[in-house]
Amino acid sequence: MATRSRRLALVIVSVLAAMIAGDAAAATSRELVVSVAISLKEAMEELGRQFEASHGGVKVRYNFGASGQLAQQIEAGAPVDVFVSAGKAEMDRLEKKALVTEHDRRAFARNVLTVVRPADSPIDLVRAEDLLEKRVARVVIGDPRTVPAGRYAEESLRALGLWERLRPKLIFAENVRQALDYVSRGEVDAGFVYVTDVTTRSGRVKEAFRPPDDTYGPIVSPAAVVKGTKQPALANAFLDWLTGPDGRAVLARFGFLSPPAGTR
Amino acid sequence: MTGESLSALALSVRVAILATAINTIVGVPLAYLLARRRFRGRAALDVLVTLPLVLPPTVTGYYLIVVLGRRGWLGAPLYAATGWSIAFTWYAAVVAATVMALPLLVRTARAAIESVDRDLERAAHTLGRSEWQTAMEVTLPLARNGIVAGLVLAFARALGEFGATLMLAGNIPGRTTTVPLAIYTAVQTGETGDALALVALLTGLSCVVLIVAGRLGARAT
Repeated sequence: MATRSRRLALVIVSVLAAMIAGDAAAATSRELVVSVAISLKEAMEELGRQFEASHGGVKVRYNFGASGQLAQQIEAGAPVDVFVSAGKAEMDRLEKKALVTEHDRRAFARNVLTVVRPADSPIDLVRAEDLLEKRVARVVIGDPRTVPAGRYAEESLRALGLWERLRPKLIFAENVRQALDYVSRGEVDAGFVYVTDVTTRSGRVKEAFRPPDDTYGPIVSPAAVVKGTKQPALANAFLDWLTGPDGRAVLARFGFLSPPAGTR
Repeated sequence: MTGESLSALALSVRVAILATAINTIVGVPLAYLLARRRFRGRAALDVLVTLPLVLPPTVTGYYLIVVLGRRGWLGAPLYAATGWSIAFTWYAAVVAATVMALPLLVRTARAAIESVDRDLERAAHTLGRSEWQTAMEVTLPLARNGIVAGLVLAFARALGEFGATLMLAGNIPGRTTTVPLAIYTAVQTGETGDALALVALLTGLSCVVLIVAGRLGARAT
């Protein structure tokens, strides 16, 4: 009995030791941690693959979420090398707290807001006022406090004078992809997302209409090197890649527009 | 505390009270059945009731959506008939809290009922009491402390439910945002002061609940 339990203890200890050693070995290879707004998930994964292919031995790791949540994690000291935000305000907040520097920050894309509905929904929506209709019971937007898409949706609805009247129907999602998911599952009648999100669920959601583009934005997405990164050179190379011709080609393929000249 | 935190607190208390009430009605008979009856599917029922205790709450939440969502097994006919769906309403928070708290009550109450001396039940039978009367007059009163301890634990669990609630009820300020969800949002948005007050409150409440449940448990043996 005694030798058996001793042998078991030995096995457990060696497994734990191997796990710790393995983790330490993984940490020594060149790894870049990128916090990415979830609306950019597919485009950034593709971009990261190409970046890895052209930079031998580099591994890009992603941390997806709403821009506001990601910014909050960085403020709390998350070990992130690059922050790719969907909205400008989140990056401004980090810049004000000196967590990113003006020099290492660049606008890389522009996006457009759209309203989607479940593909099989019988309710025909052609303009924002239609959302007030009685048949429309629930409308989802990203939580404006943490989700840029939700903030732009609020901005647009306020400009259209519909915000207060629509409020009782509004459901807040954790991020823009959750908003899209609620629509694709038919749990809600309409939702505000980016036009680039629609293709990820093309069979299940349909674009209904686009809010007038003078009621919000412009939606300019910035990326920056996070202060305190242990790999500033690699992080800057990633930023160059993102804003260079390779990055632009990938972003264009996923439907993102170029940022207006002179924006950051 | 801000108005939003207070409304979250009011909602949490309301949800926990209702969930505990439903648990009393559903959970105590279930505990009795599992403790005292032998029937087909008993083991399956036991597993079904206990699952939410071991499954990740998000998995339980997912099942609840599959059943109760607008396109769910029960949700779809309900929506077709009434144009109403439980998802994203505060009732959804009650459902989530009830399902998540049920195993705590059933397991605690069942153990208490099983520890009641069967000779006393047999004596009641010989004196002409039906099973129902025996349960009401002998078994349940003797198991009372264990049952109440289970209810206290269920109340605490309902008060703290997060994952399943987030999935079925969403996080709508003033409507479905319970205290745990308010804490989550407050931390996500960096409103640490508000989060701290709610964290302290929930911690204090949970301590009280554990002390009460512990005392009741001690008296039960």
